[in-house]
Amino acid sequence: MLLTLLAVVTMAIVRQRSLFGVAILAGIYSFVMASVLIVLDAVDVAMTEASVGAGVSTVLLLATLHLINSTETRPIRRNLLALFFSVGTGAILVWGTLILPPFGTPDAAIHKHVAPRYIADSVKETGIPNVVTSILADYRGYDTLGETTVIFTAGIGVLLLLHRARRRGRAVDEAEDRG
Amino acid sequence: MFAAATAAILVALSLAITRAIRGPTVFDRVLAGNSVGTLAIMLLAVTGFLTGRPEFLDIGLTYGLLNLISTLAVLKFFRHGDLAYAADDEQRS
Repeated sequence: MLLTLLAVVTMAIVRQRSLFGVAILAGIYSFVMASVLIVLDAVDVAMTEASVGAGVSTVLLLATLHLINSTETRPIRRNLLALFFSVGTGAILVWGTLILPPFGTPDAAIHKHVAPRYIADSVKETGIPNVVTSILADYRGYDTLGETTVIFTAGIGVLLLLHRARRRGRAVDEAEDRG
Repeated sequence: MFAAATAAILVALSLAITRAIRGPTVFDRVLAGNSVGTLAIMLLAVTGFLTGRPEFLDIGLTYGLLNLISTLAVLKFFRHGDLAYAADDEQRS
């Protein structure tokens, strides 16, 4: 039911010509997606989806709409090759899910490898009472360090670009004042 | 009981999404988006009680705040055509 609603909202986003409506529909999509994730018992992911998707990206989309035109003028061209490739990729992904174990199976391969050791020994080895935190901050410490480095680099890049744009704008203003 | 409530919320969700897609004016869409957010909060709460774990109610508070923020941003954009109108006005004057 929720997945049907997701598909309906996606079709509406694709067919919607007014970008303002697209921004609102994207927020709706995020809330429906968060509900799907809650039903799947992934409440933390649902919270991230709701905060990033519905909160921050709606604001960012609107701020972008302020800078550009708010209607999409390019007419729809039907691209059969793109349709073929997306349907083919989707079919391959669905085919890949056929060999997965059923949802929630306790003896799936992913639950046999390192998860028992995390559950049994994480308090003794790391001293952190929360198992998820101990995995993220200790067992996968290098992974988390890499992710943080990527985000930090992206932040530095955005700051540099914004700073340069602002300085150029100020220089133009001063030139206009002199002239 | 909770299952019936979940079904009712799903029906209401589909109605709100229908309004958001068909809505002729912007305000219909804004209102539909707001009610979808509210229905998501209710679905979160009812699903928590349905599965016997009502601890997720706290997350509903966060959803409520986010819903308020996005609705405010949309309305502010529509009223002033800009998200940071106050700062611009100060710079111009």
